[in-house]
Amino acid sequence: MIEVVNLHKYFGMLQVLKGVNTRIKKQEVVCVIGASGSGKSTFLRCLNLLEEPTSGEIIIDGIPLVEQRKDINRLRQKVGMVFQQFNLFPHMTVMENITLAPMKLKGMSKVEAHDKARDLLSKVGLPDKDNEYPNRLSGGQKQRVAIARALAMDPEVMLFDEPTSALDPEMVGEVLNVMKQLANEGMTMVVVTHEMGFAKEVGDRIMFMDEGIIYEEGAPQELFDNPQRDRTREFLGKVL
Amino acid sequence: MDSVIKSLSDAIYYNLIREQRYMQFIQGLGISLQLTLYAAVLGTIIGLFMALAKLGRIKWLQGLATLYVDVIRGTPAVVQLVLIYYAILGSSNLPKIVVASVAFGINSGAYVCELIRAGILAVDRGQMEAARSLGFSYSHSMIYIIIPQAIKNILPALANEFIVLLKETAIAGYIALDDLTRAGNIVRGRTFDAYTPFIVVALIYLYITTILTWLLNKLEGRLRESD
Ligand SMILES: Nc1ncnc2c1ncn2[C@@H]1O[C@H](COP(=O)(O)OP(=O)(O)O)[C@@H](O)[C@H]1O
Ligand SMILES: [Mg+2]
Repeated sequence: MIEVVNLHKYFGMLQVLKGVNTRIKKQEVVCVIGASGSGKSTFLRCLNLLEEPTSGEIIIDGIPLVEQRKDINRLRQKVGMVFQQFNLFPHMTVMENITLAPMKLKGMSKVEAHDKARDLLSKVGLPDKDNEYPNRLSGGQKQRVAIARALAMDPEVMLFDEPTSALDPEMVGEVLNVMKQLANEGMTMVVVTHEMGFAKEVGDRIMFMDEGIIYEEGAPQELFDNPQRDRTREFLGKVL
Repeated sequence: MDSVIKSLSDAIYYNLIREQRYMQFIQGLGISLQLTLYAAVLGTIIGLFMALAKLGRIKWLQGLATLYVDVIRGTPAVVQLVLIYYAILGSSNLPKIVVASVAFGINSGAYVCELIRAGILAVDRGQMEAARSLGFSYSHSMIYIIIPQAIKNILPALANEFIVLLKETAIAGYIALDDLTRAGNIVRGRTFDAYTPFIVVALIYLYITTILTWLLNKLEGRLRESD
């Protein structure tokens, strides 16, 4: 469903992605691991064009990059994103956060959008928080609302950029559980994470990024238990 | 002691009461307040558009807005006022208050532009990214997400700008508009009292700005509460 061919990205003179090639199938859960600064976020953000690729091709659902650029907002409706810092809209209630996009962008009626939001809130385990403002929620609750907000657009893929890195340790589990449930329901997911336990259990494929390329990738058992290359071993030695 | 009281009451009599001179000050204050209000409204409208032009991606609009802000902020207000009066609007038959309102509006617009821009830039970058990632266009992200949050940053600074503007309009006398400061000048011309008319003028400005500052502090308190 997503095909990435020879993706390069520069920030000015700094080359951050140096030729990324991969394919993400429907319903696949891909976990991206790697040291800080290796280009994981940049790669993820290129997938919904939050960053403009310098060169290379990204084909989503058979639609090439040039076509996507013409209707970038439609592309993003199909690709949900969850951020490390949650980025909930602080001036809106949880309900408004979730219903804004479906109502404004998909023309969903208020009743319909609210019904859907309530379903999503129960799904992420927050059925009674609809009228709260984000600053009244804990970090784990905020991130679950952010997931519900992204899901409200019925995306075909979900991108997660270190969704649990800003959380207190005791809240990591509740967010990972929601993500695990989502994976089990067949959502296509690309997850940048430092949670190796989650990657091992939920990931169909692990992608190890190093200095702007996919240095090694494979099924979790292969990559974690039997890494083939030096840098992968070195990295895993540090984090496991 | 008696002579002090005598000279004080004389000063008040000659500068305020005789020939109903207090009316000069009251009318002058009316002009100053009107001028400030019109200029504030115009300045806010100009400032908002200029801020959006500067933040937007259309290069020539960006350049135009930058030029406008730099020219206005780089030249004295009194020079702008006189130039606009004589060179641009003086030839028409527009009332002076209109000309002055336009001049001060254009002047204030540059400062308002910068504070609106700063207020928008102070909104966390992640907010725009979250809005865009949901599929909102740049302008819809601005309208639904960024500007409502920026308003909280902008309102106190904007109110403060208008307090400054009220004092800035004291140069309106340069184009012979009878504002509060000029009222002081006129009375002084009659009474030959160098101090009293301007002490009165100063006290009136101080009184008004004190009230406005008090209102501003209340506004800031309210906004902080709603966080
Ligand atoms: N907007 C940007 N402008 C300039 N440099 C950037 C920008 N975003 C990321 N970088 C740089 O790109 C490199 C990779 O960053 P990133 O993709 O965030 O890595 P990771 O997510 O793996 O930590 C880093 O050196 C970072 O400083
Ligand atoms: Mg990152």
